[in-house]
Amino acid sequence: MQPETTQRKARGRLGRDVQGKIGQQLRAMYDDVVSAGVPDRFTEMLRQLDDQKQPQEQEKG
Amino acid sequence: MTLNPSLRDAMLTAVPSLRAFAISLSGNIDRADDLVQETLLRAIANIDSFQPGTNMSAWMFTILRNLFRSEYRKRRREVEDTDGSYAESLKSQPEQSSRLEFQEFRTALGKLPPDQREALILVGASGFSYEEAASICDCAVGTIKSRVNRARTRLADLLSIESAEDFGPDQSTRAIMAAGGRG
Repeated sequence: MQPETTQRKARGRLGRDVQGKIGQQLRAMYDDVVSAGVPDRFTEMLRQLDDQKQPQEQEKG
Repeated sequence: MTLNPSLRDAMLTAVPSLRAFAISLSGNIDRADDLVQETLLRAIANIDSFQPGTNMSAWMFTILRNLFRSEYRKRRREVEDTDGSYAESLKSQPEQSSRLEFQEFRTALGKLPPDQREALILVGASGFSYEEAASICDCAVGTIKSRVNRARTRLADLLSIESAEDFGPDQSTRAIMAAGGRG
């Protein structure tokens, strides 16, 4: 029914080196974003939410 | 309701990998950041249902995944952004040749069925265990394992990798030719 699946089965399991290479690319792509850290918009958003929730504490200065 | 500072810090700590997950899912950095923002707002609103001592990151990944899936159902017909605006938005620009190889990889990743893609990213990039990934995706551990395997096989097919050497010049050359028309 699914020739693609049959084809893949015939080829057998992926070699370790191929899996390793895919994993490497995947992590490189992912880590590139992770290394950018937390954009200001999110820290700022949480700070503003805090200010809204605790208006009385703002006077503590 | 006041957000406990240690919970807030745990949320912020999860943000970089949430973004990476969101970009991998949506293929679009702006949509990804909107997803992360919505995830933060939901997490704060539902912080009472977070069990202290459990993994904050996994909890937030679950929220983001559910948001993405409900959004995905709505936007199914939209074509994903694979034109490189994502790569251009990256802080560190890899060398030209590896950037093209990288774009080819992203395009291939974008062709995977969403179930397989998210499973592969959670296990292969985010570093979650199969058990954690199963919990995030609300499915059986065996299902995650089979999705990850199918994702790897499909990626290898799409990238025509038979061995590690196949990532060499041929791939780059094809990517350069494919990118040539864009200027």
